[in-house]
Amino acid sequence: MSISVQLNVNGKSVKLDCPANTTLVDLIRERLELTGTHVGCDTSQCGACTVHLNGRAVKSCTILAAQCEGAEVTTIEGLGDTDNLHPMQEAFRECHGLQCGFCTPGMIMSAVDLVHREPSINERVIREGLEGNICRCTGYHNIVLAVESAAKKMRN
Amino acid sequence: MYDFNYHKPDSIDEAVQLFLGAEDGIYLAGGHTLLPSMKQRLAAPTDLIDLAGIDSLSGIEDVGADLEIGALTAHDEVATSSVVQSGIPALAELASLIGDAQVRNRGTIGGSVSNSDPAADYPAGVLGLGAEIVTNKRTIAADDFFTAMFETALEEGELLTKIKFPKPESAAYVKFPNPASRYATVGVFIALTGSGVRVAITGAAPSVFRSTDMEKALNSEFSVEALEGITLDAGEMNSDLHATAEYRAHLCTVMAKRAVLKLL
Repeated sequence: MSISVQLNVNGKSVKLDCPANTTLVDLIRERLELTGTHVGCDTSQCGACTVHLNGRAVKSCTILAAQCEGAEVTTIEGLGDTDNLHPMQEAFRECHGLQCGFCTPGMIMSAVDLVHREPSINERVIREGLEGNICRCTGYHNIVLAVESAAKKMRN
Repeated sequence: MYDFNYHKPDSIDEAVQLFLGAEDGIYLAGGHTLLPSMKQRLAAPTDLIDLAGIDSLSGIEDVGADLEIGALTAHDEVATSSVVQSGIPALAELASLIGDAQVRNRGTIGGSVSNSDPAADYPAGVLGLGAEIVTNKRTIAADDFFTAMFETALEEGELLTKIKFPKPESAAYVKFPNPASRYATVGVFIALTGSGVRVAITGAAPSVFRSTDMEKALNSEFSVEALEGITLDAGEMNSDLHATAEYRAHLCTVMAKRAVLKLL
């Protein structure tokens, strides 16, 4: 079955037809060619595909494009760009919060939502808040430092 | 994932009609079990009936003796709701322990309870609190609802619309989470109610169940020591690569003791 879906991605209105079984991440990567959002496990465990749907972090591999009718979606490309990094992106760079970088877009999208919703940010809150994102390189240490550092800047 | 017909009704009646008219229909709530199952081709429904357009299915309401939670209410809404945190704090805590942040933003209470996953958290809260499950045609007591692994009393096409949780005197939920998935290897929900102690255990057996042995012991003396020597039958427990049946049986008593300790 083909469906028609209209949504807003990174501030731009998008309308397209796609098969009903298209996931949000497929729409983002294959149709909109926004390949910053990654697919790691495709089983809603690793968090590499995390984007914001109406402001909240979600795993875009486990949402149908059809379910996003009328929604606001923000991907890593909508957060900042090379000349104007989001404080979270800047902090990951400064604190060396990545090695291979595969998990980083999802990690950053989750971390931004975490800082927005948690009144107090500390190491425990960050580690628990990022349980839905898996990194196989860093051991998480510098990721936690990056989120702590970004949280301070985001609140100033 | 195979292709399917997608529907988004805006009323309960329309949803039920679509379901009954479909060759092999299924309701879509948060989709956090359904969509992974479809990707693995464990499920291949012909028609998905997305409930997200039905506003009356969402929300949390304090109606005096009960909290009523709509089927489409996401885990994070329950976990962070001041109404739940003050009315039944153990239920808010249970919701905060499900999966991870992204899953809690999408997964719903109605989806979890209808699915009756043997390792899901909500069934322990629903059975432990003696909740009532409201559907489009009737009200079902929690004691009659969870019938077997992934099986409930819901009939073909019957739609869970909300759950009514009676406020207990106090309650606690303690689980031993699977370290990767956060599903309950064993989770124990204990509630002190006007009609005595209720102990519901999830994760351990094919379906959530009440431990009458533990309830009897705790009704005569509410203490950690009262549970000493109570061993559940490993023959009735699940066994998989995460935990043997014997280990699960052992964890039931350990988690129950921890839940009692939280209530003392």
